[in-house]
Amino acid sequence: MSHLYFIFTVAAYSLSWGCYLAFLNTGRALLGTCGSALLGLGLVTHYFALLERSRGLHTVPYHDLYGSMSLFGWLLALTYLALEFYHQQRSVGAFAVPFILAFFMTAHLAPADRLSPTVAHGVVFALHVTLSILAYAAFALSFVLSVIYLAEERLLRNRKLSNVVWRLPSLELLERMSHSSVLVGVISIAIGTVLGFIWVDRLTGQYWFYDPKYVITLVVLFLYLLYFQLARSTAWRGARASKLCVFNFFVVVMSFTVVNLYLSHSHRYF
Amino acid sequence: MEIVLVGLNHRTAPVEVRERVSYTAEQARRAASELRSRGILEETLVLSTCNRSEVYGVPPETSHESAAGLSSFLSEFHKVQPDILSVSLYHHYDRHAVRHLFRVSAGLDSMMLGEAEILGQVREAYKFAYEQGATGPVLNRMFQAALEVGKRVRSETELGTRPMSVASAGVKLAERIFGKLGQRTALVLGAGTISEQVMLQLRDRGIGQLLLMNRSLERAEKLATEFHGTVVPWGEWGDALRSPDVIVSSVAAEEPILERAILEQAMAARGNRALFIMDLGLPRNIEPAAADIYNVYLYNLDDLGGIVQQSRAMRENEIPRAETIVDEHVGKFLSWQASVELVGLVDELRARLRHERTAFIRERMETMKHLSAHDRQQMELLMGELLEKLLLEPAERLRGEKELRRKIQNVEALRDLFLSNREKQ
Repeated sequence: MSHLYFIFTVAAYSLSWGCYLAFLNTGRALLGTCGSALLGLGLVTHYFALLERSRGLHTVPYHDLYGSMSLFGWLLALTYLALEFYHQQRSVGAFAVPFILAFFMTAHLAPADRLSPTVAHGVVFALHVTLSILAYAAFALSFVLSVIYLAEERLLRNRKLSNVVWRLPSLELLERMSHSSVLVGVISIAIGTVLGFIWVDRLTGQYWFYDPKYVITLVVLFLYLLYFQLARSTAWRGARASKLCVFNFFVVVMSFTVVNLYLSHSHRYF
Repeated sequence: MEIVLVGLNHRTAPVEVRERVSYTAEQARRAASELRSRGILEETLVLSTCNRSEVYGVPPETSHESAAGLSSFLSEFHKVQPDILSVSLYHHYDRHAVRHLFRVSAGLDSMMLGEAEILGQVREAYKFAYEQGATGPVLNRMFQAALEVGKRVRSETELGTRPMSVASAGVKLAERIFGKLGQRTALVLGAGTISEQVMLQLRDRGIGQLLLMNRSLERAEKLATEFHGTVVPWGEWGDALRSPDVIVSSVAAEEPILERAILEQAMAARGNRALFIMDLGLPRNIEPAAADIYNVYLYNLDDLGGIVQQSRAMRENEIPRAETIVDEHVGKFLSWQASVELVGLVDELRARLRHERTAFIRERMETMKHLSAHDRQQMELLMGELLEKLLLEPAERLRGEKELRRKIQNVEALRDLFLSNREKQ
């Protein structure tokens, strides 16, 4: 059955990507609507694929690196769809869906139990992990939006307008979408981190012990708050703020990869 | 149920003729009324815009004969000599008339390819004629289909989305930066024709606030009144450059009126909010080096002209897609028209055969005197049943099969084939 969900999800995400690309290329509203509908369908089948995988392993979907990646992809799709619905803008789908598809496929094509499990149980822990991964997904989306902003801004400044530029969101809207996404990320990571401390306290009887993951998470939080502040300032307003957003995401990637895999004592997969 | 169209447009008639053959609402009402009362047309609709005057109708007789009558009527109605009018008028019949209207509605026949206004004008003309009771089932169906074509072409193709003038290119670029312009402010420098065109575009796109700055205060005030703008004193850059998001400059000046240093100060004062500048002056009004200022987007005439060229090519590339939509709806309309006509034809055929049957039986019974009255009655009934049976299946198929109706393109040929004898008699 999980194989079936895998095929359905890959098909839905791939077709969704195709529709979004065609929408960007032709501007036909129907294609954009199809892209959104197929992404929604993929979200549902992806959910069942995650559920099947968890049942198969008798644990939570973020039990290993690949489960975390799949959950990341699912939350990225969810965040993107929510953002698309909120801002009524479908042109970004062509850039966001390939990431979702890549994370889903990498996670589900890899062996399920390659790494040993962490101690993972309880509602507080589940919320801590889910909110942290949601934050990373939202930051990933703000990264995609900032890259589009920078590309469009460069084309407009250089007066080299290709056909696609006319179908992309306006710079102002891209900025707003990026802000919305970062806001979701900041709130999620803040709550997720607090829940993490509460869970550690329950587990060990102390809120804090040194772990590079704590430090980098606080750095990430600080950097995105700084982005909010600078994006409204005279010197940073516009492209510079978007560059900071891109830089911030590289720190997130560092946190998700290097810190998790090699430095952290208590975090491995999220 | 034929359709006739007689009209002229920007391609067939010079403006001197077009202005004489245009219609006010009252004239359109009167023309439609007279055309029907004189028996030239049964259904009528007058479409009059600045570039075209067309009369669509359903004539009581063949469309070619009606077209001649319609041309004479137009000459008399507009008091234009027939020889002047005849070189400008075009005549389209049936499927060609339908196709012409659908292309007009799609913006394919407009002077500016894909312009949006024509769809509204077709809608208004139809609404007006419908309310006057001038249209009937054919024109109602035809104009409703034309409005559908117009909507589809605009939503499914990019025929009308790209800018076709320097002014619209500039305003569309501003929207690329700021999105909707409802909350934005534009400062227009100069009050000439180009400035006026840009203000028209800005107003159409719902600009929040318009500021005008011109050396001649009188002209600026006149334009400000027309466009609900505010006049700003010439040269007071410090205040004037603080609020606008868009600056449009079209001033006759030998030297740039806005130098980089002035704009740098202004950007600092306005917290580096993005500023889009359209420099439409020749020589240029804005120092070119201002393009390097952070968050300033500077476009001159050549830049905007390049976008217009690119857009024109893009619009022309969209023509085949728009034509496909037009063809699809012409096919649908003709299929509907054929179904109505074919059902009518079957009814006529049935009446004709009944008549023939009665005459045939009467004639043959003269030679079969040995048959009783009962036998004769039975024979008449049997022949009647046979005729009904023969006609039942084709009639039902015509009602139920769209594809069959589509295949039968020429109902008149069928009418000639089956009903021509009666006409000859």
